[in-house]
Amino acid sequence: MTRLELIGITKQYPGVRANDDIHLKVAPGQIHAVLGENGAGKSTLMKIIYGATRPDAGQMAWNGREVAVASPAQARALGISMVYQHFSLFDTLTAAENIWLGLDKALSLAEVVEQTRVVSAEYGLHVDPARPVHTLSVGERQRVEIVRALLTRPQLLILDEPTSVLTPQAVESLFVTLRKLSSEGCSILYISHKLHEIRSLCHHCTVLRGGRLVGEVDPRQESNASLSRLMIGADAPVLTAREGQRGANVLRVAGLGLAQLDPFGVTLKDIAFDVSAGEIVGVAGVSGNGQQELLAALSGEDPRAAPGSIQLFDHDIARASPGKRRAAGLHFVPEERLGRGAVPTLSLAMNTLLTRTEAVGRGGWLRMGEARRLAAKLIDGFRVKASGPDAMARTLSGGNLQKFIVGREIDAAPKLLIIAQPTWGVDVGAAAQIRGELLRLRNPGCALLVFSEELDELFEICDRLHVIAEGRLSPSVPIAAATREQIGEWMSGLWPGSAAVEEASHVQA
Amino acid sequence: MFKLEPRTQTSMLLAVAAPLLALAITVLIGIMLFTALGKDPVQALGLFFVEPLKNGRALAELSIKAVPLALIALGLAVCFRANIWNIGAEGQFVLGALGAGWVAMHAGPGASGWFVVPVLLGGVAGGMLWAGVVALLRDRFNTNEILVSLMLVYVATLLLNYLVYGPWKDPDGYNFPQTVLFAPGTRLPRLVTGLRMNLGVVIALLAVVAFAVFQFRTYRGYALTVGGIAPAAARYAGFSSRSALWTALLLSGGMAGLAGALEVAGPLGQLTPYVPVGYGFAAIIVAFVGRLHPVGIVFSSVLMSMFYIGGELAQSRMGLPKALTSVFQGLLLFTLLACDNGLQYRMRWVAAAKDKAKARAGVAA
Repeated sequence: MTRLELIGITKQYPGVRANDDIHLKVAPGQIHAVLGENGAGKSTLMKIIYGATRPDAGQMAWNGREVAVASPAQARALGISMVYQHFSLFDTLTAAENIWLGLDKALSLAEVVEQTRVVSAEYGLHVDPARPVHTLSVGERQRVEIVRALLTRPQLLILDEPTSVLTPQAVESLFVTLRKLSSEGCSILYISHKLHEIRSLCHHCTVLRGGRLVGEVDPRQESNASLSRLMIGADAPVLTAREGQRGANVLRVAGLGLAQLDPFGVTLKDIAFDVSAGEIVGVAGVSGNGQQELLAALSGEDPRAAPGSIQLFDHDIARASPGKRRAAGLHFVPEERLGRGAVPTLSLAMNTLLTRTEAVGRGGWLRMGEARRLAAKLIDGFRVKASGPDAMARTLSGGNLQKFIVGREIDAAPKLLIIAQPTWGVDVGAAAQIRGELLRLRNPGCALLVFSEELDELFEICDRLHVIAEGRLSPSVPIAAATREQIGEWMSGLWPGSAAVEEASHVQA
Repeated sequence: MFKLEPRTQTSMLLAVAAPLLALAITVLIGIMLFTALGKDPVQALGLFFVEPLKNGRALAELSIKAVPLALIALGLAVCFRANIWNIGAEGQFVLGALGAGWVAMHAGPGASGWFVVPVLLGGVAGGMLWAGVVALLRDRFNTNEILVSLMLVYVATLLLNYLVYGPWKDPDGYNFPQTVLFAPGTRLPRLVTGLRMNLGVVIALLAVVAFAVFQFRTYRGYALTVGGIAPAAARYAGFSSRSALWTALLLSGGMAGLAGALEVAGPLGQLTPYVPVGYGFAAIIVAFVGRLHPVGIVFSSVLMSMFYIGGELAQSRMGLPKALTSVFQGLLLFTLLACDNGLQYRMRWVAAAKDKAKARAGVAA
């Protein structure tokens, strides 16, 4: 008997068919991967199974019986639980209170605390029920979510991109838990675009592309290359990185500390690093460890840094406005494309004006023709798929808008380019193109600083790596000497000479 | 059950259609209202939509009301686009009238016609001063500009009353609460002899052009717009939010002040407690019905002054209450907001799907 069967699920959204005649079978105890690029329709399919959205056509059978799941509450009653990619926890409540809120049954808080202890011990998911969520690390928060899902004793657990916020070590311990669940007969739907994880964890893999089912394979029999070919429908472009020529110092940060702006932000402590011309320096780290805060201080969006702590070409820029920094050659590509890197409701031509001043004439007069020409040049030069310079920014796909924004900053001939999550949510082809552009920018002597949560990406393009953890920055390590294990350990704050390591050695002594 | 889902595209045509649709619904509700009151709806609608456009005299009267509305709304549109909610244009209008009145009182009987220029500038300064208080409090203490600007309307009205009942009262005015009649040199020249229409019309049309250029063709206007619709993008670009705050408030305050000054230098000719007649509040509706666009504001200000004049006519000729004007203004804004919502979202009847699901679940069980 199959645990879950989907027959011909179809879902049409205005302008896009998110799921087109999808068939899927999950056996009891099976870890079933759903693989696909961003926008392939994975999340829509899971929402349909979980009752958060309703399909336009198709049937769903649960343990051999046809069902129509109308709401997540009904799904939980059937025995389906879901852990979303973005956590839904209240920062000010304790772990147990958060779990309590997510349960449908009438249990007392004391009972929930007790059950939490039992379940977390059983599956090796250490969670202290009494700790407020804002004091938990991202990995711990995810454990709270998983414990909450497990308390309902599900027969099917859906995990949406569960490892995107975890260190490599935390991923391993998550897999131990998932294998134990599977051995007890709980089925798992594992949504991901990370090929090596799927190959090491899953029993079966359904591949989606553009809303359609394009493959059903046993991932243990496949290679990364063959899975990737299924996922993107073509061979992944290969990037050839060459050794860069390191030149003079461009950016020097020393003793940069910044108090957190909001109660759940991160305080930066004594950050020091430098970037030279002709090199790409990477900053790895699990999100929420101070990346946003450090980027805002570097870009000038947060002008509170102490004078002298940030120097560009030996000039103090710690308090300079973003415009002044840009004039000095520092360009920045933020993580959020819509609303920060570009204004969604303005045309591409108008969006060039955010960081470029070519079209601003005397007395602040706008030369629209100039702006349109610049946008057309970027569309052409960076192969952006758009109807033209007058296309609204929000009508572009994520990858194309990212190409436009990256192109806008590269075209300004920066001396230092700071870029956050260069390929986040971007399809494989566009991602390879963007990484290629970054390498091409490095070779004539531009300095680059890349923040990313994708270790593979950093290993691919960087010359040196730093790791940021809990608002502190590790020393740098040349890419040739770095290993995934070492960087993974550093992501938990455990680098030689770090505060965390000192503490540990004190305890031992 | 109705379900709202966002539309993927809102076409330009519909953006223009929303105000027209809102007007049509307002008229329809108006017809029902007049019928319920036992009045002839055709005659009543004629008073609102035909009478104010009938001849040159009527058009001149229309312009007297449309000019201040348009001027105030132009300034407010800049504020609203920048996401700064100046609700106190009425107070800035009163301070404009006070500023203009103070300058006008210094004119001798033989003052030249050019004296009207400092009078108008006095009005602009008065309005800017009042809006500047709002900007200062928001900038320094992060106070809410909606509350502060609204509260300052009452302060402005009390200040006007204090002055016309006290220090500025005409000593020869039989103790009426009013200032002296200002010297002829301080008055705006009329455009056509015999009609009350004055140079304010030309000033308003020039202002429309100036604001359109500012909004769509200058870097400063662009920065304001970005700050309003995408604050994070404005921070990223390095557009100062403080400068946006001050620019938007001083501009809108100055425009409201200018409107107040034109009232003093135009139809009023003196200060009385009856200077504030609600133009500052009505202009909020004018700005939105005009889609926060300078050209749209021309049309919406004319429409709104038709409501004013129609309301007065309905009172005198048909014995309908004067509150009818406000009812129409409110209806128009309400239906416009509803139509806007209808444009951004599509309404779908989903009960059928649910019944089907229920039926299916029933079969399965």
